Amino acid sequence: MASTVIHALYTDDDVLMNAVKEVKKKHLHINEVYTPFPVHGLDKAMGLAPTRIAITSFMYGCLGLTVAIVMMNFIMIEDWPQDIGGKPSFSYIENMPAFVPIMFELTVFFAAHLMVITFYLRSKLWPFKKAENPDVRTTDDHFLMEIDTAGKDAQELADFLVTTGATEINLIANQEA
Amino acid sequence: MYTLSKNLKLSAIIFMVVGAILFAVDYAMLPKTTADVEALESAHGGGHGEAHEVPHGDSQLTEAHDGDAPMAGDHAEGGHVMSQEEHLEHTLHQYQNKPWSAIYIAAFFFFMIALACLAFYAIQYASQAGWSPLLLRVMEGITAYLLPGSIIIFVLLMLSGFHINHMFHWMDPALVDESSDKYDKLIAGKSGYLNVPFFLARAFVFILGWNLYRFFAVKFAKKQDEATDNRWHKKSFKAAAIFLVFFIYTESIMSWDWIMSLDPHWFSTLFGWYVFAGMMVCAITVIAMVTIYLKSKGYLEKVNDSHIHDLAKFMFAFSIFWTYLWFSQFMLIWYSNIPEEVTYFITRIEDYTVPFWGMVGMNFIFPLLLLMNSDYKRKNWFVVMAGIVILLGHYVDLFNMVMPATVGKSWSFGFVEVGSLLFFLGLFIMIVFTSLSKRKSLEPKRNPLIEESKHFHY
Repeated sequence: MASTVIHALYTDDDVLMNAVKEVKKKHLHINEVYTPFPVHGLDKAMGLAPTRIAITSFMYGCLGLTVAIVMMNFIMIEDWPQDIGGKPSFSYIENMPAFVPIMFELTVFFAAHLMVITFYLRSKLWPFKKAENPDVRTTDDHFLMEIDTAGKDAQELADFLVTTGATEINLIANQEA
Repeated sequence: MYTLSKNLKLSAIIFMVVGAILFAVDYAMLPKTTADVEALESAHGGGHGEAHEVPHGDSQLTEAHDGDAPMAGDHAEGGHVMSQEEHLEHTLHQYQNKPWSAIYIAAFFFFMIALACLAFYAIQYASQAGWSPLLLRVMEGITAYLLPGSIIIFVLLMLSGFHINHMFHWMDPALVDESSDKYDKLIAGKSGYLNVPFFLARAFVFILGWNLYRFFAVKFAKKQDEATDNRWHKKSFKAAAIFLVFFIYTESIMSWDWIMSLDPHWFSTLFGWYVFAGMMVCAITVIAMVTIYLKSKGYLEKVNDSHIHDLAKFMFAFSIFWTYLWFSQFMLIWYSNIPEEVTYFITRIEDYTVPFWGMVGMNFIFPLLLLMNSDYKRKNWFVVMAGIVILLGHYVDLFNMVMPATVGKSWSFGFVEVGSLLFFLGLFIMIVFTSLSKRKSLEPKRNPLIEESKHFHY
């Protein structure tokens, strides 16, 4: 199916935010917005579903806490009991204060690293992946909004986008066959 | 323009009256003589009363060096055994300290909210925060309690200094008198710092400094509302920066003087930070609660849920920060297990088990789980619920800092405690909302950052 998309470029994040709201008002479909930095509130304006990464982060944190407890219990209590500050009690709970820093650190470690890895997987990013960026200027100081033209008059759409403050408009024939 | 509603005024007065009555009733029932104590102990099937000779000590470890009895009236040698009379005398002194400690805790609790709120207010100016100017009038209202609150605290400290009560053990002149049989080498060694005139002089200077800043901060803010340029805002900035330097030193010393010196043998180098974290989380909670209340009454219409969200984030973050400091203090002392240090926690864990662990749950686990979710921080009732538990938790935290030192094992959570808490709550509400109702507007008119605050969104 040969469809075309429009690339509208903006030079300011406030102008972009307003443009996104205008476009959404017209019930046009925004495929993607490329920005050089995170724009606050853009996800809400585009109507994207809220992120669920916080939930995964919480689960990874719980996993890290569990790993820390099991690990310290094995190392310090079961396998080779340690004399902790003159308290050789052979009990995890009685020596727990000494393990709290490790429990904390592993919770943070697991939550942070696994969250980043999850984010990469979910965004389909991996080493040596070719950038999907349609225009290199969006890595510098331009903002790009990609709009589906399906069933719309491209010229009319382009005229409308100019009124929203776009500085450049490109009609792109879709690469996908 | 905010007007104090009749209902709120009435509830504040009811709190004060009921508080005073509860306090008076329980005060009348407290034992007044050693005979009363004996009767009380036998009525309770008293563990102490049965044995004629009881080994003295609020914990097993207190006698490890020369006298860690935190109470006035007796100085125990190692392995000292108290006679029945001495024991009754000791317990009576604890009961006599109970109402004073209850007042002191409640008075300090609301005072520290006002003081920390002033510090938070100064941070907003010093950091040129753009999100918060809409809340500045609320903070100014809460800090209105600083003057009456600090005067009450100063009067209580003076009463201790003039030996009307015996909350501060080190104030007993016999302890530093070498010829006395109560002579305490450790306290005598600290008497260059811990002596009544210097103690009261410090308190006076600190209270004066804080109230001066509060006076000028409000004055500059009012002038800025009428001004045509940003001159007064710049003055506010300078005053805030100077105050913050003064505050962080004086707050630390204040916490050693007014709380840590209740246990004169014990010391902790991060105590100032620990108290600071506790008072900061309470102050931010109160700011959030007052803001939500005023908004529910139709004021502060420009305040949106992002402002509440930010306050809730601060509540969450400072709860974690408080836990970090609480645990840092606890773990080092637990690990090293040095008798004169660890006795502090042993008395608290053994004699105050429920409040000690309860407040860790209320101040850490509860806010951690409740306020972790971003969406919950925007729900007013969620913030208020979490706030109530946080405030109660920090009251218990303060209770744990003061009571074991002044009352020891003879503690209970009775009418004197509830009564003084209610009384000061009523006074606090009364003063804060009266002060808010005197302002022309709850929204700063000419604060240079007000537009950013109005459009603040997360």
